[in-house]
Amino acid sequence: MITTSPAFTARLASLAQRLDATLPALISGLASTSRRLRMTLPALAAGALLLSPSPALAAAQRPSLPQIEPQVMCVTCKIPLNVAESAEATQERVLIRQLIDEGRNEAQIKRALVAQYGPAVLALPSTKGFQLSAYLVPIAVVLALLALLALLLPRWRRAARDQQRTHTPPPALSSAEAERLERDMQRFD
Amino acid sequence: MKLPVPTALASVAGAALVGLLVYGVSNQAPNRSLDEALAHGEHPPAPLAAKALPVLAGSRSGSLAAYRGKVVLLDFYASWCVACQEESPLLERAQRQLERNHGTVLGVTYQDAAQESRRFTSRYRLTFPSLRDPSGQLASAFGTRQVPESFLIDRDGRIEAIARGPIDAAFVKRALTLAEGS
Repeated sequence: MITTSPAFTARLASLAQRLDATLPALISGLASTSRRLRMTLPALAAGALLLSPSPALAAAQRPSLPQIEPQVMCVTCKIPLNVAESAEATQERVLIRQLIDEGRNEAQIKRALVAQYGPAVLALPSTKGFQLSAYLVPIAVVLALLALLALLLPRWRRAARDQQRTHTPPPALSSAEAERLERDMQRFD
Repeated sequence: MKLPVPTALASVAGAALVGLLVYGVSNQAPNRSLDEALAHGEHPPAPLAAKALPVLAGSRSGSLAAYRGKVVLLDFYASWCVACQEESPLLERAQRQLERNHGTVLGVTYQDAAQESRRFTSRYRLTFPSLRDPSGQLASAFGTRQVPESFLIDRDGRIEAIARGPIDAAFVKRALTLAEGS
């Protein structure tokens, strides 16, 4: 049997009392810290996600094959790649997929395609040489139509005015005709 | 007879549009000046011979002019072209025979991705050198709009014969005769 001195027993009792008093406070403190952490952690995580380049965001910016296809041609079929079904078109698609997987953006993919297949691979006509006419002709046609309208509209207006001026009012009805008209109108009432 | 201004303007615009269309169509047609020259018994020099083109197997560049002094069977091909696949064994045989007579087959890839062309040459075990023509300028100068097309070029860089389509044994024989004879 273990025997203790009365002083030691009194010291133990005092320690137990102090522990009794501080333990609930310590537990509640820990709980509140945990609650605060639970509240702030999602906010911190969201902030970190926004600041860092997220894979989801990068994937959204990365071009896709359906996005590139209408912008390039099947160089041998001379039709846009999205409607081409030849073996060569399949090869072009494989290359585009590969370039997308390498993480290249739209402009880089187009540059790489031009390096492989030449400028004919781009669906939009070049802004040099004869192909420039693809941009200039529509503008010229619109300008020509506007010029034609500017020439013709005053003439049409003048002609309409002249017609109004020379227009003679119809002769007044005779009393017999007026009576007959009245009768006819009454029949429809 | 004096035309009213709008009618005259519309006529000029219409004529300009038709002219543009005619020019566009004639511009798009393949250049057949080499064929015509051969038909007249001339041997025109190979166009754009000095143009530097990337070598298919490697990062260097080469040109047709680099083969001056050799008989060259210049062949435009592409990996996606079925006729080119069928023609490959004959071309490779021609290369082995030409090599012995100071000649060569020189391939030029046409509208083809480099890695596909390389896969093609390795699949068909083609040993002759190949150049890439990404801008299509060399093909255009030779009037090539479809593949395969081949040109037989003598040691002085002049065109001796043209095959618009796959080559045959007779074309290869002509190349060998030219190589052996000169």
